[in-house]
Amino acid sequence: MFESKSGILLIGGLGFFLFAFLSNALVPILLYRHLPEQTVAELAENQNLIYQFEDLSVRYPEQFKKYYGEPNQENLAKALLLGRKVYTGEGCWHCHSQFVRPVSNESIRWGPVASSVEYQNILQRPVLWGTRRVGPDLSREGGRRGNDWQALHFFNPPLLSPSSPMPKYQWFFDDNDPSKPNERGLAIITYVQWLGSWLESYPLYERYIPLEEQMENPLE
Amino acid sequence: MTEMTTKLDDRSANAVGPGLVEERLVIWYFLAALLYLFISLTGGLMMALQLVQWNPITGSEYFSPGRWRMVHTNAIAYGFIANCFLGALHWAIPRLTLKPVLSRPLSYFIFAAWQVVVLSTAVGILMGQAQGVEWGETPVWIDPLALVGLALVAVNFMDPIIRTKGPLYVSLWYFTAAFVWTFLTYAMGNFMPQYFVPGTSAGAIAGLFIHDLVGLFVTPLAWGLMYYFVPILLKKPIWSHGLSLVGFWGLAFFYPLNGIHHFLYTPIPDFLEYGAIVSTIAVEFVVTTVIINFFGTIWGSGRAIVSNLPIRWFYTGMVLYFVTCAQCAMQVTHTFQKLIHFSDWVVGHAHLVMFGVFSMWFFGMMTYLFPRLLKQPWYSRNLCEWHFWLSLSGIVVMFIDLTLAGVFQGFFWASLQPWETSIEGSYPFWVTRLFAGLAIIAGQVVFVYNLWQTWRLSRRSAPSNYTVPATA
Repeated sequence: MFESKSGILLIGGLGFFLFAFLSNALVPILLYRHLPEQTVAELAENQNLIYQFEDLSVRYPEQFKKYYGEPNQENLAKALLLGRKVYTGEGCWHCHSQFVRPVSNESIRWGPVASSVEYQNILQRPVLWGTRRVGPDLSREGGRRGNDWQALHFFNPPLLSPSSPMPKYQWFFDDNDPSKPNERGLAIITYVQWLGSWLESYPLYERYIPLEEQMENPLE
Repeated sequence: MTEMTTKLDDRSANAVGPGLVEERLVIWYFLAALLYLFISLTGGLMMALQLVQWNPITGSEYFSPGRWRMVHTNAIAYGFIANCFLGALHWAIPRLTLKPVLSRPLSYFIFAAWQVVVLSTAVGILMGQAQGVEWGETPVWIDPLALVGLALVAVNFMDPIIRTKGPLYVSLWYFTAAFVWTFLTYAMGNFMPQYFVPGTSAGAIAGLFIHDLVGLFVTPLAWGLMYYFVPILLKKPIWSHGLSLVGFWGLAFFYPLNGIHHFLYTPIPDFLEYGAIVSTIAVEFVVTTVIINFFGTIWGSGRAIVSNLPIRWFYTGMVLYFVTCAQCAMQVTHTFQKLIHFSDWVVGHAHLVMFGVFSMWFFGMMTYLFPRLLKQPWYSRNLCEWHFWLSLSGIVVMFIDLTLAGVFQGFFWASLQPWETSIEGSYPFWVTRLFAGLAIIAGQVVFVYNLWQTWRLSRRSAPSNYTVPATA
């Protein structure tokens, strides 16, 4: 059996693979089968996000008019979907994670620990947890910084964070001008502002205490 | 046991008839593999330059380091590794079964089709169409084509294996299982999270996919080839048939259960995470038996590591494989994950296993096979040595450097230093990594130059002045 073709094909090849699939994939599928998956239209009903989208239409009126027209929910949904496509296509998720772990002081730095319900939506298909943090986690990034900051940062990251190794995304802008985000630029900014917009704690600011101060009252 | 040793015997292996092995196809596959290797190295170099802010090319989306980072991994997995396997399998399977593959035209069709798949993957990614599955960024419209390709590969190679009478040799266990696994893994990873399952459960499947691609596609094919090449080069059978059985069935059972360990501390339920951790540690014990088996095989012929270059590539890879797996047994625990997850530690681990192990084995196979395929000894043995030492020193430095960087990054983050501190603290490590990478690239340039000169010599001289025994 252990050296025969049928044993290797059926037990090793199919059987063990199936066993692993049932125990490691089907179990979570069954566990979460009652959590509804939100559509992008449902996501676009979020008031925090609508505020940011309208803010974009005020800050970049011409560009916004040109690519999205009115800042309504339908266009917001469109921007979110394109934003997710840009985020995936540019490989953002290979340097930025999208989940906060319950260890290593991460909930102090980033905010609430990630939970399953946050990922039950169409923009997390396939889920963009990521496996590497060259840059910070982004799952609570929305609302932390204004749209202008985001635009300029995409255009030239070291301008705002001098040591940043993030590439410049000049193709998110028309005429090589940071004040003219194009369709993709507006979409990726909307997408980033969406991240964490569903949380009570939005926007979440980093609680940062300089090391010197920490050491003055180490027990605090 | 006797059937298995006779296959490795010189006389029976010399019975290889003309037309059994499509040697031209083996060469084509290896050349395609080397092409993608260089594409991948370019991507790696761009990313390394970007991290230290020395990237000279900015402003063009088609040269974006973010996209090239995905080309880097995909070109290695589907361009370099897959092409190397297909080439080596076209050499090994007909020899092991003494039967040609199913169809010669199909073999050439698969070659062309696979290059189309890999090239479209690279172009699709550079156009910004990547899919959000790590190691499976292949744009969604290519996935079905790739899957058909994998099915054809399985059919083409399984035909001679099925027609073989009696018990199979170890290599063929691994190949048979790998053809089934690769197909299933690719289908699971590329279709389920995209079309059928959302959120956390999709994350679990993505974890299975990342790991199965290494564990059920690359690992079994690579070990199968080791079980084929090592006994032939050392001219003696594998040390213990029992341990071969333990190695294969241990891998078959435990490896598919590992995937979730890529996403520890995510919302995936803890009991599933613990299951993956325990299975991963079990795999490392299995790996140890395989390593013992191979070192038992070379026992008494240790001199071959110095004198025989392919054997040296193979055994260096095996030592590094053991290092990778020993490291894995530790880093897979929650204790280590707290510190090193998300950091360069993991990047070092991935490079060690992909370059330090599997690529080394491919270089060993190429070093062994090219003179036999071209009927011409290597142009320069010295350059072969340079290839080995540059690759080895590059990967060892890169591995140690990135592992250390990961520890530093983990502590920077956990101690709530500003994010910039972790970037600035990583800088010296990233510079070191850049130069380690350049050493690796230099090694491959030397190899390709050596190959080119060898090919020129093979054109110039009549093939009769060098005769290689068919298998030795």
